[in-house]
Amino acid sequence: MEHYNMNLTLKVWRQKNSNDKGGLVTYQVKGISSEMSFLEMFDVLNEELIEKGEEPIAFDHDCREGICGMCSMYINGRPHGPWHGTTTCQLHMRAFKDGDTIVVEPWRAKAFPVIKDLVVDRTAFDRIIQAGGYVSVNTGVTVDANATPISKADADKSFAAAACIGCGACVAACKNSSAMLFVSAKVSQFALLPQGQAERESRVLDMVAQMDKEGFGSCTNTGACEAECPKEISLENIARLNREFATASISSEE
Amino acid sequence: MALNSKIPEGDIEKKWSNYKGHVKLVNPANKRKLEIIVIGTGLAGASAAATLGELGYRVKVFCFQDSPRRAHSIAAQGGINAAKNYQNDGDSVYRLFYDTVKGGDYRSREANVHRLAEVSVNIIDQCVAQGVPFAREYGGFLDNRSFGGVQVKRTFYAAGQTGQQLLLGAYSALERQVALGSVTQYTRHEMLDVVVIDGKARGIIARDLITGKLERHFGHAVVLCSGGYGNVFYLSTNAMGSNVTAAWKAHKKGAFFANPCYTQIHPTCIPVSGDHQSKLTLMSESLRNDGRIWVPKKKGDTRKPNDIPEDERDYYLERRYPSYGNLVPRDVASRAAKERCDAGYGVGTTKQAVYLDFRYNLINKYGRSEASKQGIENPDEATLVRLGKEVVKEQYGNLFEMYEKITAENPYEVPMRIYPAVHYTMGGLWVDYELMTTVQGLYALGECNFSDHGANRLGASALMQGLADGYFVIPYTIGNYLAGEIATKPIPTDSQEFVDAEKAVSDRINALMSVKGTKSVESFHKQLGKIMWEKCGMARNEKGLTEAISEIRALRKEFWENVRIPGGINELNPELDKAGRVADFLELGELLCVDALNRSESCGGHFREESQTEEGEAKRDDENFQFVSAWEYKNESEWVLNKEELIYENIKIAARSYK
Repeated sequence: MEHYNMNLTLKVWRQKNSNDKGGLVTYQVKGISSEMSFLEMFDVLNEELIEKGEEPIAFDHDCREGICGMCSMYINGRPHGPWHGTTTCQLHMRAFKDGDTIVVEPWRAKAFPVIKDLVVDRTAFDRIIQAGGYVSVNTGVTVDANATPISKADADKSFAAAACIGCGACVAACKNSSAMLFVSAKVSQFALLPQGQAERESRVLDMVAQMDKEGFGSCTNTGACEAECPKEISLENIARLNREFATASISSEE
Repeated sequence: MALNSKIPEGDIEKKWSNYKGHVKLVNPANKRKLEIIVIGTGLAGASAAATLGELGYRVKVFCFQDSPRRAHSIAAQGGINAAKNYQNDGDSVYRLFYDTVKGGDYRSREANVHRLAEVSVNIIDQCVAQGVPFAREYGGFLDNRSFGGVQVKRTFYAAGQTGQQLLLGAYSALERQVALGSVTQYTRHEMLDVVVIDGKARGIIARDLITGKLERHFGHAVVLCSGGYGNVFYLSTNAMGSNVTAAWKAHKKGAFFANPCYTQIHPTCIPVSGDHQSKLTLMSESLRNDGRIWVPKKKGDTRKPNDIPEDERDYYLERRYPSYGNLVPRDVASRAAKERCDAGYGVGTTKQAVYLDFRYNLINKYGRSEASKQGIENPDEATLVRLGKEVVKEQYGNLFEMYEKITAENPYEVPMRIYPAVHYTMGGLWVDYELMTTVQGLYALGECNFSDHGANRLGASALMQGLADGYFVIPYTIGNYLAGEIATKPIPTDSQEFVDAEKAVSDRINALMSVKGTKSVESFHKQLGKIMWEKCGMARNEKGLTEAISEIRALRKEFWENVRIPGGINELNPELDKAGRVADFLELGELLCVDALNRSESCGGHFREESQTEEGEAKRDDENFQFVSAWEYKNESEWVLNKEELIYENIKIAARSYK
């Protein structure tokens, strides 16, 4: 593929802190290589801002290989930008062409307050996991790992759900700011495995209750979360969560 | 100071069980009175914090990321080793022990490695019980793959996301303890100093990265699980935030730093594409199971890889190392790639790359096997490719996609272009058998210690070590120390030592902010990385190392005179966070070169050009260098070398051969 350079107009959300109102600020960047990653383009811009004595743009990022879930830019109205199944850090500049205008905002959700510029607070996700996203097993079990065979189909499905990176793109994509895809992925991972059975019912009830408490919205099945998920977590998980929740609700009333 | 590694007496097979049988215990009521600080939430930190919390200790855990789940263990791809011998192919605890010591080029401590091999089997049991979805075979049992430096299949995996699944397992165990109130978690916090009182670690100074406020935290013991220091090279496969700061602060407070020059350059990474590059991306070693590495036989061949016929390709690893072939250890594979590129056989626009080609196995191994399963007789090549692709996708799909996103090339069709890159650091804080550093009550686990991998780590062993240390070693060894601390009341954080430590941290931050120079932190980091990579990278020599030391000193001086850090102290300021980390790398970089200069032998990942065989293989000097270099900090640019002799009683040391 031919490499090319481009000049771009960026409109980036700047917000000094959680109390500041914030707004879009326009920047011009020149000579951006199509081989750069999107975040490397931000590195270039930030170096220029520092050079000029201005404050660089704060954004979350760490592994830059699409697995830690830290990067979180809302690019031209889409979480993680235009490429399907891709995190912001893996988005490369060949997705854009010379002269493009790119609007970059933070995740927008009541449960994810802005800390600064493009950085938001996602600790609500940790608290949802604390409510039940685990198997209650202490270190030191002595059951051999192969004592319980698990069908490959179930193990594969469980793994596909467990591939969630907890970035929050599903919430940012949802018009209701629902966290159903995130919660359903964790519930599904355990519901599909024998190890998850003992706490199957309490887990789904407690995690959903915490999700509601954090201020995430309801799910209205628009499917935007699945479409924007960088790990392509399937909507089937939400269907499974609903079944799990219904079953658990009925049996907890008995 | 004489180093005491505290290796238990007795036969190597019995050392750990004897130790556990006789170690001092802390009763449950007393555990509740004891506080432990854990720094870092990767595999070592999360597993340690969770397990210590389960045992009843009061734990505080810190990470600089916004959630413990983001720690860079999450990015480990290929797998985790364990001596389960589920494949019935001759594996055993002894063989894992032997492979690891040999793979480390006979520079690791026997007793620690044997313990690692022993507990490896427990790790897999534990992870499965937590609901970690490892790959399975159709019969429902766990699948294995093979890795470098080994002739058995002992690697457990979850596609190319094994680190993620293991870390999420440890993270969920940790969050469960947070919910139960036994662990308090501090995210977006960075440890900036250890507080040492009367020779014992008693707490830390941490900075809240959102408010910039400094905090004092007491602990009866401090456990560092802060990872490796590969980012001293600027470009590496580490995360952008991975840093040496916690370990370096501990070093300056009395913890010896061992073998800093043992750095691992991983052979299969996506090559650098330009000056803008911020990090390098690994392509898992597991790909070498199924990929064949080659370059054209003709120098400067400009044909496309698929146009080069079979007999014009040089499968140089298979040629040089027939018995291990593409599965030689990382250090050997990296040097071999460098040798070919330096000799003019490199490929791609930069000529700093070699091919990793899947076509052979895609067709012959997977394609044929699938065709046979489906009863297709005499399949043509297109059919075999199609069938093979499906299997390969299941095994490595996410890696192939990642490669395509970065390079815009489809690795199912065209061979990957790969080149070595900095990946892991075997060196780290010196620890004894109990994982305690040379500071009482200060422990180091996982990549931030030095003990298990010698001069070269084998693939899929970092995950094993992180979880071994956290789940199965520290819960026993820390009790042996804390049993003597049950009468120690929490030390108030307004005591003089805490006040002084906080003031020193605050002064350093103010000093950084007041430089008000003209060059960004990033530009200094890049310059440091360039010096390190060129003069202390895959090949090192006396002249280059001597130059590097003076260049680093000059760069450090310039940093403190001319760095520009925008923004303020009392706010989220990633430039300030980075400045503190780069300042520490500028000190560590010097020690790394000092150590590399001192060790004039070649061993594992440390290759001194002056010490090689006629065939260009690393040549050890056991007579003069069979020891651990443990550096004691005295002053800026001033260290004292302490040596721990390495004794091999259970393995006959020999020249390492993979031929």
